[in-house]
Amino acid sequence: MAQEKNMAVPQLLSNVELVKQGAEARVYRTEFLGKPTIVKERFPKRYRHPVLDQKLTHRRTVQEVRSILRCRRAGISAPVVYFVDYMSHCIFLEEVVGSLTVCDHIASTQQSESCQDQELEWLAQRVGQILAKMHDEDVIHGDLTTSNMLLRRGPEDPESNLVLIDFGLSYISALPEDKGVDLYVLEKAFLSTHPNTEALFEKLLKSYTASSKKSSAVIKKLDEVRLRGRKRSMVG
Amino acid sequence: MTVVIGFEGSANKIGIGIIRDGEVLSNPRRTYITPPGQGFMPSDTARHHRAVILTVLKEALEQAGLKPADIDCVAYTKGPGMGAPLVTVALVARTVSQLWGKPLLGVNHCIGHIEMGRLITKANNPTVLYVSGGNTQVIAYSERRYRIFGETIDIAVGNCLDRFARVIKISNDPSPGYNIEQMAKKGSQYVELPYTVKGMDVSFSGILSYIEEAAHKMLSSGQCTAEDLCFSLQETVFSMLVEITERAMAHCGSQEVLIVGGVGCNLRLQEMMGVMCKERGAKLFATDERFCIDNGAMIAQAGWEMFRSGQVTELEDSWITQRYRTDEVQVTWRD
Ligand SMILES: Nc1ncnc2c1ncn2[C@@H]1O[C@H](COP(=O)(O)OP(=O)(O)O)[C@@H](O)[C@H]1O
Ligand SMILES: [Mg+2]
Repeated sequence: MAQEKNMAVPQLLSNVELVKQGAEARVYRTEFLGKPTIVKERFPKRYRHPVLDQKLTHRRTVQEVRSILRCRRAGISAPVVYFVDYMSHCIFLEEVVGSLTVCDHIASTQQSESCQDQELEWLAQRVGQILAKMHDEDVIHGDLTTSNMLLRRGPEDPESNLVLIDFGLSYISALPEDKGVDLYVLEKAFLSTHPNTEALFEKLLKSYTASSKKSSAVIKKLDEVRLRGRKRSMVG
Repeated sequence: MTVVIGFEGSANKIGIGIIRDGEVLSNPRRTYITPPGQGFMPSDTARHHRAVILTVLKEALEQAGLKPADIDCVAYTKGPGMGAPLVTVALVARTVSQLWGKPLLGVNHCIGHIEMGRLITKANNPTVLYVSGGNTQVIAYSERRYRIFGETIDIAVGNCLDRFARVIKISNDPSPGYNIEQMAKKGSQYVELPYTVKGMDVSFSGILSYIEEAAHKMLSSGQCTAEDLCFSLQETVFSMLVEITERAMAHCGSQEVLIVGGVGCNLRLQEMMGVMCKERGAKLFATDERFCIDNGAMIAQAGWEMFRSGQVTELEDSWITQRYRTDEVQVTWRD
């Protein structure tokens, strides 16, 4: 019976370890075909109307998988997708083992005294490069924050050390406006999360500009969107 | 003991409140109400405030049972808001401060909402959703600033609701938002509307232009009722607000939410936020219309905190500003 088949994934999840409840999904750790695996479950959000919930959940699961594949095909690090269950809206992803979020990394580096500037500048440069590459593929992430970038620890090739995750709000667009807004969202999240990092974010944008062929139109749009933000009426 | 009087009139409400060490002694208010289909204009709003401000001031003092000599500090809204009403109210605040010989304090309106919410609900360090006619922000405190994690990219949620009310001529009495909330309770059919969340930011201009364009057609063809539209609009925009609040909570690792601002007294929004909080094991804090909607006590409360931490505003610095971001203020009263 279809009903029974639908239960397979949720039943599996009842026995695995809940890692955290993210911004919209529950994230579990398990093994899939012998590999360390993260299961991202978009559970029903009871606060919103079921019709809206179903539409958003489905769209985001589809978009997440689609954009991860598109990025990986272009050589941008994102977790491998092992399996998707569109009934329970679960995505089985490669676990980036021993990783930490860029958010946590910046916070702990800022706390420690030693050589933080160089360390973080390198990171900002890498983030700028990877986002430029992503935008050149016309992937708009839609939710760029430092929580949605992972750092793989270990002495591997620095190229693959930064991993982009959480593509649920992503979509495909070639418009500089959409890319500019993507950067604007990141800028605000970045600066509010990490106090006194204006110079660091400048580095990130410089590296983005240098790495993308189409960056000048995007940065122009970014400036426009910033200005709109500053001019916005605040009446009421 | 420190007693602060607060003057607020940055939009269509004029309020004067008195706070003594966390106790609200009085908080009278008047609202400038326009006919259905019309918004409030700066000069008319300022005229309204001018006409009633001295009556409201008298009420505030009488209800508190205080004389001017009992006041320690005069706080007023410095911004953000509408120019003409802000100027009018600041002028009266400046005048009484000089008449009574008491120090002045210019207060950021948004900080007033946050501090009032914290006082009333006792929320310690919440993620704040600030939703009103002019502002839509998700805020969290760190290192002496209320930092804006998410906000609207275009118009405020209250502005979206108010303008929708004008399109289908919903009454502005007592407020368009209140009437939409009541009508939404009678709606049942969910009409799909554009839904735009970008990270921790939202956009409402798309949904407004869609509904402005489609509302009359949908209503005249009998596809849905005005109540259905109110219901669907609320369900959609409130889902967006709850979603960005949840995103900020996950990002900051926060387990408390405080809703402030005029839209924050909407019970459906509070209910939806409560369900989200329950699913995360978090706690929701909200206040009712006395403190959610613009009022004088909120300016007094933020002023109280500022005054106690050693701030005053000199007469020559006592100007107003229409744009004044929440994160511009150095929060000298919190660790
Ligand atoms: N592939 C992965 N490997 C390791 N950790 C992950 C992986 N995917 C997600 N995580 C962890 O789970 C958190 C939430 O995942 P995310 O995809 O961002 O979901 P949400 O949309 O709920 O924020 C991330 O911040 C990260 O700490
Ligand atoms: Mg995430």
